[in-house]
Amino acid sequence: MVNIIWVMLTAIGLVFAMINGTINEVNEAIFNGAKEAVTLCIGLISILVFWLGMMKIAEDAGLLNKLASLFRPIVKKLFPEVPGDHPAMGYMLSNMMANMFGLGNAATPLGIKAMEELKRLNGGKNEASRSMITFLAINTSSLTLIPTTVIAIRMNYNSASPTDIVGPTLVATFCSTLAAIMIDRYFYYRRTRKG
Amino acid sequence: MEIVSAVSLWLIPILIGFILIYGTFKKVPTYESFTEGGKEGIKIAVSIIPFLVGMLVAISVFRASGALEYFMNLIRPGLEAFGVPPDIVPLAIIRPISGTAALGMTSDLIAVHGPDSFIGRLASVLQGSTDTTFYVLTVYFGAVGIKKMGDALKVGLLADLAGIIASIVVVTLVFGSM
Repeated sequence: MVNIIWVMLTAIGLVFAMINGTINEVNEAIFNGAKEAVTLCIGLISILVFWLGMMKIAEDAGLLNKLASLFRPIVKKLFPEVPGDHPAMGYMLSNMMANMFGLGNAATPLGIKAMEELKRLNGGKNEASRSMITFLAINTSSLTLIPTTVIAIRMNYNSASPTDIVGPTLVATFCSTLAAIMIDRYFYYRRTRKG
Repeated sequence: MEIVSAVSLWLIPILIGFILIYGTFKKVPTYESFTEGGKEGIKIAVSIIPFLVGMLVAISVFRASGALEYFMNLIRPGLEAFGVPPDIVPLAIIRPISGTAALGMTSDLIAVHGPDSFIGRLASVLQGSTDTTFYVLTVYFGAVGIKKMGDALKVGLLADLAGIIASIVVVTLVFGSM
């Protein structure tokens, strides 16, 4: 899908350049766009290094596990089909904590582990179970606590207050996660009524 | 709304202080752990360079050619009635599909409109409050061999839509409208 969008953006741009006679601007845009991307990534290093360093301390201190146990009662309610002491629950909680702290690379393997366990709970069938869909819904609504990359980009472009979007992001994330859970529930009840 | 702004200002410093004190209390070799984790940050920043180069060049071409303006003018009247800036639409479309592509679009919007503009802030919040549905879906289900996705895609995309609406409402409430 991203392949199509990417080619379309460029191809449509080139067609418009021919029609509008903006080929000079387009030539410039190609080189400036590439340069800007590299400059941006270099700028991201500072924040990413600092934040992931901090998170490593939190992880080594057992802070993420502690938080996971704090959230366990709430998460248990969201997954009525998963026994509280099942490994799936542990993996799902760790995945959510990693997501919350912007550790995307750590979150993915944990999420896959969680899915494996959920599949086992579902008798190894190749269809998505109720718990899998709920887990996915929560994951796709994002759980980010601190949007570090976004803050770094804002710093790069000389924002007067790069972090002023943290609070609004938290509120928006909370709303979208809540909505995701409700949407998931709605579809579940619709399924069961049909069946 | 003042509370939301105060949270923005204090959350990170408090979190850092807490992590450092807690780590010391738990006898973690803090500095060594920090540098260990930091190495990961360099890897991530370098590894996203090709993604950003590809996407930023495509968007730059699309914009410089005049194509972006043309399509924006087409959808402008309908969206502005709802307080939705049309500039955010491409980002909203690509956000569920590719995380790095969306990151490229977000930085493009911030660069063009300014980080403290309405659109710059909206792009920032949008990027942070939704996630890449298709990526999560294909990676998580693909890895364990789930073929029948059921309602998963529908639920994921509707959750993204909810995130987009929430972002627009919250940014408008906190920072004022366009």
